[in-house]
Amino acid sequence: MSILIDSKTRLLLQGAGRAGTFHAERSAAYCDTNLVGAVHPGKGGTTILDKVPVFDTVAEAMEKVEPTASMIFVPALGAADAIIEAVAAEVPLAACITEGIPALDMVRVNAYMQGKSTRLVGPNCPGLITPGQIKMGIMPGYIHKPGKIGIVSRSGTLTYEAVWQVTSAGLGQSTCVGIGGDPIVGTSFVDALSLFGEDPETVAVIMIGEIGGSGEEEAAAYLKASNYDKPVVSFIAGQTAPPGKRMGHAGAIIAGGKGTAAAKMDALRDAGVAVAQKPSDLASTLLRVLDERGIKAN
Amino acid sequence: MNIHEFQAKDVFRRFGIPVLKGGVAHTPEEAQAVADGLETPVVVVKSQIHAGGRGKGRFKEHGPEGIGGVVVVKDKSTAGAVAKQMLGSTLVTKQTGPSGQQVRKVFVESGCAIKSEFYAAVTLDRATRTPTLMVSPEGGMDIEEVAEKTPDKIFTAGADPDQSRLFDHEARRMASKLGLTGKSLKQCSALLVKLVDCFYATDASMVEINPLVVTADGDILALDAKMNFDDNGLPRHPEIAALDDPHEQTREEHEAHEHDLSYISLSGNIGCMVNGAGLAMATMDMIKHAGGTPANFLDVGGNATQERITAAFKIIVSDPEVKAILVNIFGGILLCDLLAEGVVAAARTLELKVPLVVRMEGTNVERGRKILEESGLPIVFAPGLAVAAEKVVAAAGGAK
Repeated sequence: MSILIDSKTRLLLQGAGRAGTFHAERSAAYCDTNLVGAVHPGKGGTTILDKVPVFDTVAEAMEKVEPTASMIFVPALGAADAIIEAVAAEVPLAACITEGIPALDMVRVNAYMQGKSTRLVGPNCPGLITPGQIKMGIMPGYIHKPGKIGIVSRSGTLTYEAVWQVTSAGLGQSTCVGIGGDPIVGTSFVDALSLFGEDPETVAVIMIGEIGGSGEEEAAAYLKASNYDKPVVSFIAGQTAPPGKRMGHAGAIIAGGKGTAAAKMDALRDAGVAVAQKPSDLASTLLRVLDERGIKAN
Repeated sequence: MNIHEFQAKDVFRRFGIPVLKGGVAHTPEEAQAVADGLETPVVVVKSQIHAGGRGKGRFKEHGPEGIGGVVVVKDKSTAGAVAKQMLGSTLVTKQTGPSGQQVRKVFVESGCAIKSEFYAAVTLDRATRTPTLMVSPEGGMDIEEVAEKTPDKIFTAGADPDQSRLFDHEARRMASKLGLTGKSLKQCSALLVKLVDCFYATDASMVEINPLVVTADGDILALDAKMNFDDNGLPRHPEIAALDDPHEQTREEHEAHEHDLSYISLSGNIGCMVNGAGLAMATMDMIKHAGGTPANFLDVGGNATQERITAAFKIIVSDPEVKAILVNIFGGILLCDLLAEGVVAAARTLELKVPLVVRMEGTNVERGRKILEESGLPIVFAPGLAVAAEKVVAAAGGAK
């Protein structure tokens, strides 16, 4: 089992430029990933990667190849429209990899998505992967291993770090979801935790947060209120970040004393989460918690 | 991106938000000329730096008893003399940190008789995912202090995300919360609607008026103006991007900006080059845990080219405090071999003199490692994050 994507997922690429095509090729080469088509306005009727059909619009792709998930690589200033196009065509899942979308564009996307059926992951995220089945994003496939640990993170490369530690410790991942580093994202920590909670295959979750915003605090409140029964291990990046400086991610800024790593770590500990002090301690903290609770994860 | 008060007031004028007459000056003579051209007998000379708290701030050169960063000049023939004390001096405010910020420009503005002061700002409320107007009767105060001590004195109204504007009736409700009536209420609500329009139209991340004032005649105007912009929106606002003042950044930050790198100067001696903001922050955290201090935050991003990697390296080694460098790369969208080529090219052209520790995983890692190994450069390889941090701290002279 897994969450959101598996070997039955029919994958669409939106934005078949250099980066989109490069990563689509790597996705298609990963295990059972089924890349059914691509959308690139003006290139309809052609193919990429020898045989994958390209369409001018998502609506046409929906009609012809019935994708169930779309990964979006459209450049920043056109990405909001690409997300809305996927939502309008009712693609069940859209993961927007694009970095640098203006925040006000995402305000409009968010307003448009109310009441619609599509789930958005990202933007500014590495995408999702269900190891051994499907890769829908830019993460290096080889660091993953099929298993029972769910991973959710606001950061791309720090997710890889967590994955690599889990794999190196001899465990594997059920699904890894990068929710993105922007102030407004489609899928929250709470959404991902809830999905992992319902997934029978996932026995524990690693949640990687960072300074800024209140997603981690909301996750802590959710874990507490729902009596979440799976162990959660966390790390919060930016313990040493100075206030008022935006740390690369548009969302990673300590403003007005809010969103500090310390406050997030306290909230998570209070909700029963095992918080690793150092990013290098993620796997060892996970192993300790699994051992304490007598949970077998391999 | 931040801009100066005088620039923000120019933007305000474009949106019909009332501000006082004034002009910017780079020399005492220019300041005097601006003052002479203003109609009011009293003028105000205001230091133009990006940091807030200017009024209460003091100049390093003039001491705690000297003038502040904002001076009301009752005899306007002395405006030039006041500007002379400010220009070239270093203003230290609550927001600049102890090193302060050198004043290179002053804004000379008409004086005005103030009846009452308020606070108004627009920012993106992440919880409601909507640009939100925030007003308070506690004008002229540090708003974060107000939020903490008397949160009941802050009122908010969300803009309508479908129409991308603040409804007029919401603006009137906010003006009424400030205790305004009659002409002042009407003028204030019109201003608040325009403030939200201005926020949307410029892809701002924050617009702040502190204080927003009612004059003795009952007119409303923005006595101060502060605007921050969403960097991601700047490509579609070249007129705003042109307002960037490189003097407000460190030389390294400016250089990084030119190369599209995300860089922040810090006070330590370990230079860091990392891909991804989260991993970059985690790397800084690791260095701290190992007893060292990072000299910078640097995210080379996912689509780094060899030229950008070389630029990043140049920026790191140009900081004389840097005693060792840690490169921590987990390649996803960024390819390890491309990164390695950039590192080798940069290390050769710059004749690198400080130890270099490299930790690398991810896409094309084998090819990347091979390029580094075959380069003959004295690179220390580290298999994981913890070892990398220990090695670089040791190379920089050990834990402090």
